[in-house]
Amino acid sequence: MKAITAENIRKSYKNGKETVEALRSVSFSVDRGELFGCIGPDGAGKTTLFRILVTLLLADEGRATVDGFEVVKEYPEIRRRVGYMPGRFSLYQDLSVQENLEFYATIFRTSVKENYHLIKDIYVQLEPFASRPAGKLSGGMKQKLALCCALIHKPTVLFLDEPTTGVDAVSRKEFWEMLKRLKQQGISILVSTPYMDEASLCDRIAMMHDGQFLKTDSPQNITRNFQQPLFAVKSGDMFELLHRLKKMEGIQNAYPFGEYHHAVMKSGMDTEAYLREHLAESPDLEILPVRADIEDCFIHEMQKH
Amino acid sequence: MKNPEKHYEYAITADALSKHFGDFTAVDRITFNVRRGEIFGFLGANGAGKTTAMRMLCGLSKPSSGEATVAGYDVAAQPEDIKRNIGYMSQKFSLYEDLTVTENIRFFAGIYGLSDAAIREKSASLLRHLQLEAEKNKLVQSLPLGWKQKLAFSIAIIHEPKIVFLDEPTGGVDPLTRREFWEMIYTSARQGTTIFVTTHYMDEAEYCHRVSIMVDGRIAALDTPAALKKHFGAASMNEVFLQLARQATRQAD
Repeated sequence: MKAITAENIRKSYKNGKETVEALRSVSFSVDRGELFGCIGPDGAGKTTLFRILVTLLLADEGRATVDGFEVVKEYPEIRRRVGYMPGRFSLYQDLSVQENLEFYATIFRTSVKENYHLIKDIYVQLEPFASRPAGKLSGGMKQKLALCCALIHKPTVLFLDEPTTGVDAVSRKEFWEMLKRLKQQGISILVSTPYMDEASLCDRIAMMHDGQFLKTDSPQNITRNFQQPLFAVKSGDMFELLHRLKKMEGIQNAYPFGEYHHAVMKSGMDTEAYLREHLAESPDLEILPVRADIEDCFIHEMQKH
Repeated sequence: MKNPEKHYEYAITADALSKHFGDFTAVDRITFNVRRGEIFGFLGANGAGKTTAMRMLCGLSKPSSGEATVAGYDVAAQPEDIKRNIGYMSQKFSLYEDLTVTENIRFFAGIYGLSDAAIREKSASLLRHLQLEAEKNKLVQSLPLGWKQKLAFSIAIIHEPKIVFLDEPTGGVDPLTRREFWEMIYTSARQGTTIFVTTHYMDEAEYCHRVSIMVDGRIAALDTPAALKKHFGAASMNEVFLQLARQATRQAD
């Protein structure tokens, strides 16, 4: 049995006179014990999808199951089984760290003691602040507490909606290490993120944009299947270089990429010689053939749609 | 102005700038200069003191000790002059969601004292540049985030400030729009605007001329991205950042 299945899920909202299609026919499934990532910018529809799956929102069309239960008819079963960490901090700000945790354990008719092993690694970092009101914690600590509260009833499927947004690089790295350990305990995880570099930490990902899944596969397969020749180009004047690259006929797409610009070549134009010839005037020119990463693939898919 | 030469060359100067809250030292004697027209990346882990430092530079918070000037004005003595001469945008607050595109432009331009004629002219060119002419009477809340952020940046520089402060301007924005945003930053810097920017995207640190990294209230490193990578023997700015941020001893925020 799959941890999550979704078939042709659609959802639209009214925004004034306009209708916004938040989800346009999304289908996918998550295997048991899998760490599945929804990668996409704000407004892609990630939160709407999560809210439908955790039974807080009804889809306009389509079917979905979580842990084998149907999201509309069997929602109470789902609510008992899943852990959900919304994107916005939703714990009680005026309860202490410990009180929040006990509250969530009690609601699910369990105790902190019973499932302490699940949260131990995370909770030890919070223990020095056990009596501090949750509202007075730092961003990273709030995120850890929210994760503990989502785990305390030993969920079978965990939904984490943008747990690392606005969190610095160090805390983000720690958070993903925690997820890996939870996965090893057999918990299925659906996580969303706007950070492309977190894709490689998932078993499979869906690249999501504008209410649609652009592509679903393992991050390795997605980058491997990038067909176009790709070069990283650098010069003494990066601004001028970008404008030059954008005007070249043999180049399909050019964009900044950290220290370099990436130049996606049209088919049959994969020669470094072509680039060198046309960029001869650029000072301190450096050209390297490179492999696409997730962000290259995302940009490519966005432009196809 | 004590040293006019210095202020001609530098858009921002900070000399042992500090801020204490009780016993806690949020910003600990930071010293740096930002050149005119420079894109200066201001990085640091959560709680390293970035926001406090930025609030002092924008004239919103008085330093406990030390000095700083922005656009030639002293942050402690002339905060109102600073506010008139800078632009500011952040991911969290930028535009009024329940006003239309045109209304937002008119509102902010009016606040900065632009004449009606200037507002009309600026609005028209801004809408044309952003290709937002068809959306000009729509509420800002109906625009995709990336468009909002590009609009917010254009509005933050509508009064042609010498310096613009950008606090995580691209958080949550899609990879294409994020790059378009940076092209706007580059264009603006080329025209002489000084850019002071914070970000959690380490590839964006590479787009800055120079980058400072704060750890525990101090500036732990400041140089060009190339020099920082060389100094720390790192392949990317992400590695540089992780090496430095791991040295932090104090709790976030």
